[in-house]
Amino acid sequence: MSGLLLDALSVSVGGRRLFAPLSLHVPRGEVATLMGPSGCGKSSLLAAICGTLDPALSAAGRVSLDGRPLDGLPPERRRIGILFQDDLLFPHLSVGANLAFGLPPGLKRAERRARVEAALRDAELPGFAERDPATLSGGQRARVALMRALLAEPRALLLDEPFGRLDAPLRARFRAFVLGHAAARGLPVLLVTHDPAEAAGRVVRLAPEAEADAAC
Amino acid sequence: MTAPALGRRALAALVLPPLAARAEGDGWAGTLSRARGRTVAWHAWGGDERTNTFIAWVGQQVAARHGITLRHVRLRDTAEAVQRVLAEVSAGRREGGAVDMIWLNGPNFLALKQAGLLRRFADRLPNFALVDTVGKPATVTDFTVPVEGYAAPWRMARLVFIAEGRRVPDPPRDMPALLSWAGRNRGRFTHPHVRNFLGATFLKQALFELAPDRSVLARPADAAFDAAVAPLWSWYDALRPLLWRQGRVFPESGPAMRNLLNDGEIDIMLSFNPGEATASVTAGLLPASVRSFVPAIGSIGNASFVAIPLNASAPEAAEAVANFLLSPEAQARAEDPRHLGAPTVLDLSRLSPAERALFEAWPRGPEALAPDALGPALPEPHPSWMTRLTEAWERRVAA
Amino acid sequence: MGTPRRRLSAALPALAAAGAIALPVLGGLVGTLLPAFGVLPAIGAEAPSLEQWRRLFAEPGIGRAALLSLSTGLAATALSLLSVALFCAAAHGSRGFARVQALALPVLATPHAALAIGLLFLIAPSGLLLRLLSPWATGFDLPPDIATVNDGLGLALLLGLVVKETPYLLLMTLAALNQVPAAQLLAVATSLGQPRPVAWLKAVFPLVYRQIRLPVFAVLAYSVGTVDVALILGPSAPPTLAPLLLRWATSPDLSLLLPASAGALLLLGVALAAAGVWIAGERAAATVGRAWAAGGRGIGAAAIRAGAALLPLSLLLAYCALAAVALWSVAGPWRFPDALPERLQGGTWAAQAPALAGPAVNSLVVALVATGIALVLAVAALEARARHGPAALPWLLRLSALPLLLPQAGFLLGLQAALLALGLEGGVAAVALAHLVFVMPYVLLSLSDAYAALDPRLPRVAACLGASPARVFLAVKLPLLLRPLLVAAAVGIAVSIAQYLPTLLAGGGRLATLTTEAVTLAAGGDRRVLGVVAVAQAAIPLLAFAAALLLPAAVWRRRAGLRA
Repeated sequence: MSGLLLDALSVSVGGRRLFAPLSLHVPRGEVATLMGPSGCGKSSLLAAICGTLDPALSAAGRVSLDGRPLDGLPPERRRIGILFQDDLLFPHLSVGANLAFGLPPGLKRAERRARVEAALRDAELPGFAERDPATLSGGQRARVALMRALLAEPRALLLDEPFGRLDAPLRARFRAFVLGHAAARGLPVLLVTHDPAEAAGRVVRLAPEAEADAAC
Repeated sequence: MTAPALGRRALAALVLPPLAARAEGDGWAGTLSRARGRTVAWHAWGGDERTNTFIAWVGQQVAARHGITLRHVRLRDTAEAVQRVLAEVSAGRREGGAVDMIWLNGPNFLALKQAGLLRRFADRLPNFALVDTVGKPATVTDFTVPVEGYAAPWRMARLVFIAEGRRVPDPPRDMPALLSWAGRNRGRFTHPHVRNFLGATFLKQALFELAPDRSVLARPADAAFDAAVAPLWSWYDALRPLLWRQGRVFPESGPAMRNLLNDGEIDIMLSFNPGEATASVTAGLLPASVRSFVPAIGSIGNASFVAIPLNASAPEAAEAVANFLLSPEAQARAEDPRHLGAPTVLDLSRLSPAERALFEAWPRGPEALAPDALGPALPEPHPSWMTRLTEAWERRVAA
Repeated sequence: MGTPRRRLSAALPALAAAGAIALPVLGGLVGTLLPAFGVLPAIGAEAPSLEQWRRLFAEPGIGRAALLSLSTGLAATALSLLSVALFCAAAHGSRGFARVQALALPVLATPHAALAIGLLFLIAPSGLLLRLLSPWATGFDLPPDIATVNDGLGLALLLGLVVKETPYLLLMTLAALNQVPAAQLLAVATSLGQPRPVAWLKAVFPLVYRQIRLPVFAVLAYSVGTVDVALILGPSAPPTLAPLLLRWATSPDLSLLLPASAGALLLLGVALAAAGVWIAGERAAATVGRAWAAGGRGIGAAAIRAGAALLPLSLLLAYCALAAVALWSVAGPWRFPDALPERLQGGTWAAQAPALAGPAVNSLVVALVATGIALVLAVAALEARARHGPAALPWLLRLSALPLLLPQAGFLLGLQAALLALGLEGGVAAVALAHLVFVMPYVLLSLSDAYAALDPRLPRVAACLGASPARVFLAVKLPLLLRPLLVAAAVGIAVSIAQYLPTLLAGGGRLATLTTEAVTLAAGGDRRVLGVVAVAQAAIPLLAFAAALLLPAAVWRRRAGLRA
């Protein structure tokens, strides 16, 4: 099956599940939104999909991408891109080096530079390759973060409240920018938010586990 | 090395065939060839900067002459090296030991010699033929203990007193006079801690002067000890409260005492080195107003030795260093008050005129003793006296 | 996750780090315990006996020595803590506070021996202080016959310990202040009408103290068991317990190793007793403090402000001490009571350079080897934790404090015996191993904070971008941790350079470092030479810290996000 498929996925800490097992299919080029108040395990769910779950937590259920099971694969081999509320640009690298970080290995130098330059043009930041990320505005940094994730050629894109930090006018523009690029590449997108206004596509509510009600 | 000296040395080898024959089959040349490229760890008390500098110079010389690397392991207390050898041997390390050579004498020498842990080498060193074993009997009898070639002498030591001449124009020349001087000048005299050899020597000097019967000192300290030291302790009990810091604290060593004299904390210091005053004034460590003196009766003298443990890693290289220490060049530099000021162990009459010339014409200022003013050398008592005196003193002082 | 192999790989680095600390300590304790009860086969002592205890207690002045260790240890810890508490109470939040904090770091980095030598030069009867005041103020043309150093009560030793340990407790307190809601507590307490210093002591200090208890006990154990500071500034007849043991341990009479080991056990007992007295004192102080906190307001603010001067005063003494060694290292002839040398000269440095090159290289090599191993082990343990979960780390951190809570001589004597039995003692490797025991805990503590402060999402983002764990570590974590890694390295180097007893015992007295040279020369050597050695000894850690602070700033000069 193409796209992102979650089968009875759940995350537990100390034997206690954070939310009821979730099954969900996001086909290629479509968007699904996970809603739920903060603190009920949305970010942990995304970490479980990426394979970066904190060692103190454990995941159960299955994840597959374009028919390929991801369970047990290390994060670097899952080909899932993720954007957070913070841009999380590497502060020690230039804008260009940040963008090049996820480029597939084995590309020629000129090809790498060309892809970075193209990404900067897409992000409306031409000539920014040598800049220190700390000198960019919030909106510019958010666009670089998206481009960095896309240059790694992911097969799916996870968005962990990526618009929360931006002010209102910028937020709508950036949301359109992200979803537009994802759609252009035919990526399945799983968006996590607590703000109904940000939701897109099919909306799924993350159900709290019965006994975990109070916590969620 | 001058050509005549070489010739005479070759002659000495002919005159003394038994000594030469006792060396390894291939003689001294073989020793030197096995010494080349080796490293000698010389464990030597590191509390005196001029001695340290001298040892560093020896290191440069043996590197240039024999290809030997000399490493000076600076000790706080010579006993540390003795303990290391004993510990290694009792742990079964019969060769490849850490200590190649130790500067020692007295109880430390006796401990290793009695334990049978020293190499017999000194009497087959080519330069040993130059040593004045007759005029300086301490070079072959250390603290009454026959050396028997288990150590090679390298410098003579004599107890001397150095006073700040402006405040002590008429220095006390015997122990009772020292006591009354200290009574008039409270807190202006002290002696090094008795654990330090110079502090112990001060007590031995007083013992020699005050003991009812000096002849017992040449024998191991036994039942005669208490009677022999009784006058010493009554004298010392009177002296101690008059000392610097009321005799509750003592400088760690001779150089520490020199700092006190230089700072003006005391007026009289002790040294084991007749050239000390000149050397220290030259180095800016003492004011030019100091004057040396010795007790009227004479003062304790001994020789400093180097010994080679049986389990040394580089015994031949250590022998080569010991032999160099006995060379006229090294001995002349040691005696030069600008460097060390330690009297030579050699008999100058056995040197060539050119070598003898190395020893003459030192600058000697008013701070030094005139050559004929050193007085007689008093013999060291048996090492057991030093050991027991030290223990007894520590009990009295801590009490 | 969860398979035995992975559990092992997760715990392995922590186990290695723990082993580096625990094996020498436990081996050393066993190596102390057996001879203390008469068993030391190496010297033919095979039957258990109590003879060495009789020998120990027959030693003249042994009781006084033990008492001196106890009293100077307790007093040094109490005074250091008091000066830190009073200073923070009066100055926390002020502008001077930050400045004093910056001034404390170099003193912390300075090795004990160099600082003690500086104090010797400063406060001795012929020292710099009296030279400055004489003869115009004191009337002294000659130094007075007063034991201002090496005094029988150990007051100079006490001063040396306080000057050296106060900066450590201050910096630990500052770190602790970040972990308690100090500002809120202070605001509440002052709003209730308490003057600020009083409010700080009543409301903030109890919480801070709970956080710095471990460092306080480390200071106590160090002060009870110090050897180098005691040799330089302490009493000599009798000395404190640790130097007395050292004398036996290095005696030519090997049988003295037995009473020395018994004495090491006695020293452990004294340290334990000191800890007991301290804990009783804590309880008493808590009771009194609660009554004071509940009672009237405002009492004591003036006294606190006066006492707050103790800490800056002790820092001032430390800087004067460093100035004194520096001055002596370039002094020409300098007689009492001249305030300054007759002339300055570089000759001492030139003359000593060849002789000091070897010890300096030894110091550096040992420090770099010990620090390098400690860094690798600490990073491996922290990486394993980041990748596999807490595994073994919490108890590793607890265990790592062990060597800091024991007086060094208590287990180093036994460690020397163990190294000797294994044929390991005497080389750079043995000394670096012994240093590692003390370097490891500080490097680990210093790095674990940095690891905890690293945003865990950055490595996760890197992994999602396709970077392997090795690339995440090399291309993301290491650069981001550059500054804390360099600071941890500087801490490790400073700790290593300062070690005297481990160098002496594990090196079998054969490995000369700047520290052993400094302590050897301190017993009355030429002050100019001693000044050179002390300056050289202090320079290494100071330069290491300077590099740790300046290098990242230079590397990241174009990265605003890393400059903070």
